[in-house]
Amino acid sequence: MPIQYYITLSVVLFCIGVVGVLTRRNAIIIFMCVELMLNAVNLLMVAFSKMHHGNALATNPDSLAGVEAQLFVFFTMVVAAAEVSVGLAIIVMLYRNTHSVDVNFLNRLKN
Amino acid sequence: MNTFSNLVYLVPLLPLIGFLINGLGRKSLSKSLIAIIGSGVILASFAISVGIFFEARHFGANPVIVNLFPFIQTAGLSIPFSFQVDQLSSLFLLIITGVGFLIHVYSSAYMNEEETQHYGRYFAYLNLFVFSMLLLVLGSNFVIMFIGWEGVGLCSYLLIGYWFKNNNYNYAARKAFVMNRIGDLGFLLAIFWILGVLGTVSYTEVFTAEALARFTPTDVTAITLLLFVGATGKSAQIPLYTWLPDAMAGPTPVSALIHAATMVTAGIYMIVRANGLYSLAPTTQGIIAVVGTATLLLAATIAIKQNDIKKVLAYSTVSQLGYMFLALGVGSYTGAVFHVMTHAFFKALLFLGAGSVIHAMHHEQDIRFMGGLKKHMPVTHITFLIGCLAIAGMPPFAGFFSKDEVLAAAYGSDNQILWGLGVIGAILTAFYMFRLYAMTFLGKFRGTHEQEHHLHESPLAITIPLIVLAVLSIVGGFFGIPEVFAANAHSLEHFLDPIIIKGSAEMHHLDHATEYMLMGISVGLALIAIIYAWNRFSKRPELEEQTGAGKVLANKWYIDEVYEAVISRPLLAVAAFSKNFIEKGIIDGIVNGTGRFIQYSGRQIRHIQSGQVGNYILLMVLSMVLMILLLFYGHNMNPVIDWIFN
Repeated sequence: MPIQYYITLSVVLFCIGVVGVLTRRNAIIIFMCVELMLNAVNLLMVAFSKMHHGNALATNPDSLAGVEAQLFVFFTMVVAAAEVSVGLAIIVMLYRNTHSVDVNFLNRLKN
Repeated sequence: MNTFSNLVYLVPLLPLIGFLINGLGRKSLSKSLIAIIGSGVILASFAISVGIFFEARHFGANPVIVNLFPFIQTAGLSIPFSFQVDQLSSLFLLIITGVGFLIHVYSSAYMNEEETQHYGRYFAYLNLFVFSMLLLVLGSNFVIMFIGWEGVGLCSYLLIGYWFKNNNYNYAARKAFVMNRIGDLGFLLAIFWILGVLGTVSYTEVFTAEALARFTPTDVTAITLLLFVGATGKSAQIPLYTWLPDAMAGPTPVSALIHAATMVTAGIYMIVRANGLYSLAPTTQGIIAVVGTATLLLAATIAIKQNDIKKVLAYSTVSQLGYMFLALGVGSYTGAVFHVMTHAFFKALLFLGAGSVIHAMHHEQDIRFMGGLKKHMPVTHITFLIGCLAIAGMPPFAGFFSKDEVLAAAYGSDNQILWGLGVIGAILTAFYMFRLYAMTFLGKFRGTHEQEHHLHESPLAITIPLIVLAVLSIVGGFFGIPEVFAANAHSLEHFLDPIIIKGSAEMHHLDHATEYMLMGISVGLALIAIIYAWNRFSKRPELEEQTGAGKVLANKWYIDEVYEAVISRPLLAVAAFSKNFIEKGIIDGIVNGTGRFIQYSGRQIRHIQSGQVGNYILLMVLSMVLMILLLFYGHNMNPVIDWIFN
């Protein structure tokens, strides 16, 4: 499949994530949108990795060019998992304190 | 052979040591110790100076240069810290240390009422004063002279404001300092000018025929005029003379020191030192003669109506300095130095005598409340009378010979009006001095009973200096006996001959008949003035307020008021304008405006921090988009963005 499809899909996913973060007030939805943006980037990285690796194999069957990006994707997923655990913990604490997950109640840092 | 001359560095060093000991130990030393140290160092300097003086007779035209250390050493410019011993400086050494020593001894008794700490401070300043003056006359180049020049200015400020709790005295001290600074600027410019033309300021290199030939006439006129501006400040000539009468705020021995031995003679010394240049500048000489004559007349007229014993003497100093400048202006450098010397004797005598009177009168200085002190203070009276006769130019006292020489030189110059004015000045001098004498010592006592009860002759430490100075005032003139009385008897002229560079214009030599006539006229007229003043003021002392012309004179021609209106007020107005408009409006406006702008913008930007997480994220996204756009399309937008992203 041409790389353009992957790029378009990633951009669409990313934009959905951004718009979601900007427009929603529910902390959990925002959180999901953030994950969406992360995964849009992951998808793009995998796609580029595949493309470069495929091009390199054509000239040299032993080439490893482009595989590092897939490693990075794993890193990103690990970091995202850690982030999720912290983030969810924050949201749980938020709910316990305010009985709501609306981020607009989080204005205690004002001024 | 030059044993003493090679020790010349000790002459200024000893007073400096005295200054350090007395200055640092003023709280721990006793009064008598302070007085002994203060006077002792000057006496030691005087002893060395005597040795130097006798050696200097044999130097001829080759001065002894004592190099101490390099002072300013850069590429193409070398100014050593070195002393020059020659006839002129050795003579000044004698005057400064000799008269200075007597004044120190006198001060030890006169200032005895002061607290120990202030007594020490006084002697420290006095020693520093002598040190500065010695530096001034000993320096072998103009820069060292300038150091001493500034030093005496500083010391006069410190000593005039010695009683610093009195604000009027502080103002007087400040006035002296500011006026001196105005003159100093002229001196400084002259030094730079000489450096610019020759690249050296050492006397031995500047005053040579080859070096002098490198000056253009413009250079010479400008340099001599600038030096003269410096001299008017230090030596109290028109227009910078008004500080000297105000300098009476200091203790009386200080006045004696400033007026006789140090400070005011600096200008004369400097011009005599630079006589090689002045002889090349007839325009400047003319100006000096006119300024000197104007000063001597102006000060003499003011002196005849002053009632403060010290003010009369102060104006008489200004007037006598006018004579010295008249002598310099007509090219009689020896005459000027001679008058400096005799004036040092009799003016120190008069001031110390006045101090003795003030001491006895318990700090009363107004001669209207004196009178009849003759029988209470015999020594002071006799010595003061000798001083008056000397300054009035009566033969055979010192003032006669020197004043006669100045007047003869003025008569021999191209402009004999100067001589006429000088004679008028001499008459006025005789008149005001004997007005002072008669009102102080003759007639009836006009003070309070309590004062009369306490009248006493001063202690020995005061009367002995008076007697010594009185003897000097009598015999001091015999160093310069004019040609008419005895051939080749003018020993001072022979002594100073090597340092006077002969210009093209030689002095006219007067024949003997003319000279006798000149002497007769000035002495006769002065004698008439003396007799008139003696009779008039011993019988009817001038007690009432002055009216008419007398009031103008009593108010010093309103010169101070004119300066106030013409110079001080506009300057203060400019200062007030700068302070109120430029300082407060513009500079403060910029400074405070910057702060206010930052505060205002901070208050406005604070509204962004709303606490709404959504807003933060929106701003974050927008700025990221903006940065990405700049990254892709803004590369050549302008150099600032290039700089940010490269």
